[in-house]
Amino acid sequence: MTTSEAPAGVHVPEPVISARDVRVWYGTTRGAIQAVDGVSFEIAPGETLGLVGESGCGKSTLGRGLMGLLPAGAKRDGEVIFKGRDILSMRRKDAYELRGHDLGMIFQEPLTRLNPLMRISQHFEETIRQHEPDLSKDEVRDMALEAMRLMGIPPTRYKSYPHEFSGGMRQRLMIALALVLRPAFVVADEPTTALDVLVEAQIVQILNDLRRNFRASLLLITHNVGIVAEACDRVAVMYAGRIVEQGRVADVFRNPQHPYTRELLRSTISLSTTGLNFIPGAPPDLVDPPDACRFHPRCPQAMEVCASRNPVDIERPGGGRVECWLVGPKDQIPAGGEQPLKQEELTVADEA
Amino acid sequence: MIWVILTLVFVVLRVAPGDPVSAALGGKLDEQALEQRREQLGFNRPLIAQYWDYLSSVARLDFGKSFSDNQPILHVIRDNGGATLTLTLAAFVVALLVGIPLGLVSGRYRDTVPDVFIRLFGILSYAAPIFFVGFLLQVYVAEPLGLPTSGASSPITAFTVKPHTHILLIDAFISGDSTAIQDVLKHLVLPAVTLGLLICGVFIRLVRVNILQTMQADYVEAAEARGISRGKVTWRHAFRNALVPVITVIGLQFALLLGGAVLTEATFNWPGLGQKLVDYINDRDYGAVQGIITIFAVAVVLISLLVDIVNALIDPRVRY
Amino acid sequence: MRRVLKALARPFTETAGLARWMLVAGILITAMFVIMAVFAPWLAPYGFAQASSGGVDFPKVGHPSGDHLFGTDRLFFDVLSRVIWGARTAIQVVLFSIVICVVVGVPLGLVSGYYGGWLDRILVLIMDAIFAFPSFLLAIVFAFLLTNLVGGTVLAVSLSLSAIYIPQYFRVVRNTTVSAKEATYVEAARAIGASDGVIMRRYLFGNVVQSVPVLGTLNAADAILTLAGLGFLGLGIQSTDAAEWGHDLNRALADASSGVWWTGLYPGLAIVLLVTGLTLVGEGLNETLNPTLRQRRLLPVVMPPRQPATDDGQES
Repeated sequence: MTTSEAPAGVHVPEPVISARDVRVWYGTTRGAIQAVDGVSFEIAPGETLGLVGESGCGKSTLGRGLMGLLPAGAKRDGEVIFKGRDILSMRRKDAYELRGHDLGMIFQEPLTRLNPLMRISQHFEETIRQHEPDLSKDEVRDMALEAMRLMGIPPTRYKSYPHEFSGGMRQRLMIALALVLRPAFVVADEPTTALDVLVEAQIVQILNDLRRNFRASLLLITHNVGIVAEACDRVAVMYAGRIVEQGRVADVFRNPQHPYTRELLRSTISLSTTGLNFIPGAPPDLVDPPDACRFHPRCPQAMEVCASRNPVDIERPGGGRVECWLVGPKDQIPAGGEQPLKQEELTVADEA
Repeated sequence: MIWVILTLVFVVLRVAPGDPVSAALGGKLDEQALEQRREQLGFNRPLIAQYWDYLSSVARLDFGKSFSDNQPILHVIRDNGGATLTLTLAAFVVALLVGIPLGLVSGRYRDTVPDVFIRLFGILSYAAPIFFVGFLLQVYVAEPLGLPTSGASSPITAFTVKPHTHILLIDAFISGDSTAIQDVLKHLVLPAVTLGLLICGVFIRLVRVNILQTMQADYVEAAEARGISRGKVTWRHAFRNALVPVITVIGLQFALLLGGAVLTEATFNWPGLGQKLVDYINDRDYGAVQGIITIFAVAVVLISLLVDIVNALIDPRVRY
Repeated sequence: MRRVLKALARPFTETAGLARWMLVAGILITAMFVIMAVFAPWLAPYGFAQASSGGVDFPKVGHPSGDHLFGTDRLFFDVLSRVIWGARTAIQVVLFSIVICVVVGVPLGLVSGYYGGWLDRILVLIMDAIFAFPSFLLAIVFAFLLTNLVGGTVLAVSLSLSAIYIPQYFRVVRNTTVSAKEATYVEAARAIGASDGVIMRRYLFGNVVQSVPVLGTLNAADAILTLAGLGFLGLGIQSTDAAEWGHDLNRALADASSGVWWTGLYPGLAIVLLVTGLTLVGEGLNETLNPTLRQRRLLPVVMPPRQPATDDGQES
């Protein structure tokens, strides 16, 4: 992959991870759920990419797909280059060696992610020894305590059991555990969703400091636009298994190009909010997604072409990429395609 | 809890049947002698007084005498309880050694050929009644291996080994007589295997289900995300956590084990409490039946206490 | 009607390979024994307590032969016939005891759960105590008392079996009732002035009774084993009253040392098969109804090759 697709105006070195046309589908009794269907992005060293979208849009599946943590019956293809190797096609054993050492993962529910029967020290020792079997006992301990210190957990708690910590502390432990071996790339899947607001702010601060403390690149998966604004360099907006728009956070949020991004930002609550906005309709069924642009049944600005032809991935004005016929390319829209699409009336039942 | 159980035992065995003395001895003695026995045993007193007597006698661990052969029931329990204890513990060990590894393999390699066979084995070992397994072992296994099928030892061993603890196996070890030890162990093999197989099926099933559940646990996925190898994840995360509920259920299995022990003892003519219970039942000896049932009830409650303690030692979340 | 069929077929349509086969095998085996039980008089070559035929006495402990496919036992009875008649006894006892359990346990649980209070507390305490007690010992005690009172009949044994299973029905029904009575539709019924009796019969009963079939299947397997165990100890049904596998095995055990295998093998196999069949049904149902164990049938994922339009988009 060439660097020409990198955000304009910023000179970026070789990306840490670059995904190209990734698909992850689940098997079910009804047919395949096309949870992730053709997603491309890349992340530079030390950069944080926020991945936002509604529940069920495939953002968590994408994160798990990158880590290789998919349930039985799931299939993935495409190409994810990490340190010059394609991690989607590598052998199981190699994938295990990569996980925890070069790739880290932070989960949504910190309360259930630690083994209740093992001390914190045992969690660290297990992880470090798995990847660095030659380290001495003291070195292992020092590494673990250093990671805990950076997360603000006193070393006196090293021998405690998971149930002796609060939710916020457990999430900081999970982050320390994911980062103790200094992975180059970390996936954080809704790391603050299960926590209360004060703790959330603390965790966001920690994620913000990751670059300085650990020099890790981060894929931050969240449905919270505010967190993206606070902690991310770039943002990718996902809808129904596709990234519809991505670019620098400031650019995208100040000047959203895709109607879905616009609606998503409008529905965010802030101090200046006077009324609640929501996007009519429900996210599509990913077993049988809408033809062409997947957002067209809910899109307030849908055109005839949106229901008949797949939108084209193009450079967005101001850098980044976007997939929407409103932005272009105009020359590929067939004659009359720009007529507004006649939407079927959404009934109240549909919205419920 | 124990009080409720004891009350139930009292109601069922003392109040419900009416007059136990004539049931046990009617026909053998004349009416006057029967009346004398009733008075002697206190059966002509009001029920509430008898109830109080019963509870206090349990507290003093004194269960009175049996009606039919006039033996102190405590002696019956002492002389035969050891054999039952030996049998149940040995069966327990057999069940643990066979059941837990098989359950682990079966749950870990779900829906593979070994899983199918292990599950089938588990179902069959539960479905086969004790006495049928005992019958098959007696017909097809005992002869070729030269294993005895009746009793806890040869008469000569029972004669030479002095009773210290009234547990034959321990007494044999105390005596230091190697032929006696061998003899006792040989007698133990078939009954222990038979009874062990019964609960082994339950263990397989239990361990398998728990493994399936812990394999899906969040911390297992988190461990995989840290690149911990498959084997270590299974062993340290899935298996250890799967065993916690298993220990709790073991307490319940003990009740099944006691029921099975009665049948095993009858099958192999094992001189235990279960065998005695059946004998007394056939003699319609309510007093002795009540005493033995009470002891079983106390044992069940004690075991459930023990399970709670073991649980607290294993699971750091449980503290008293 | 269609919905009922669909619900009945759910265990089949929603399970994958192994669980499905277990269920089918279990149902087939159980059905075979039910057929044996219903048609015993026509299927069995002789009666269960018949020692001679056409004026000719059967041989004592006779080897399996053309006349007696499974041989004869020490009471001159035909083993094959007793195995077939034994199915009738077993199914009878199981059905009786389940009916008694339902008739006693369900209303008791309903009333206890619905009214609560001291009655509920006492019943729960008693049922828990019975539940904690070794069930087989309990069955022995009840069989001992009941056979003294009414003799070793099918009814006596069924009653002693129900005594050990009633607490399970009571528990399940009571707990469902306690949670169901808070449901909004019950509140609504109360609001329109329905009496307690109507609420229990119309609203709670249908809700609560759904858990009974699964419990019944699971208990049936255990009941067969307990029945045989009682028979083996001589506390069950007498040989001349009905054919009972456990009691036959007791007599067979005495022959084991002299190498007579046919008197014990066939009744034993019958028990194993029937219990296995019932357990397979129970396990199969459990795997489909318990979401943590269920493995859904997944359609294989086939990813179509990229559509040219999408590719254009990626390349541009």
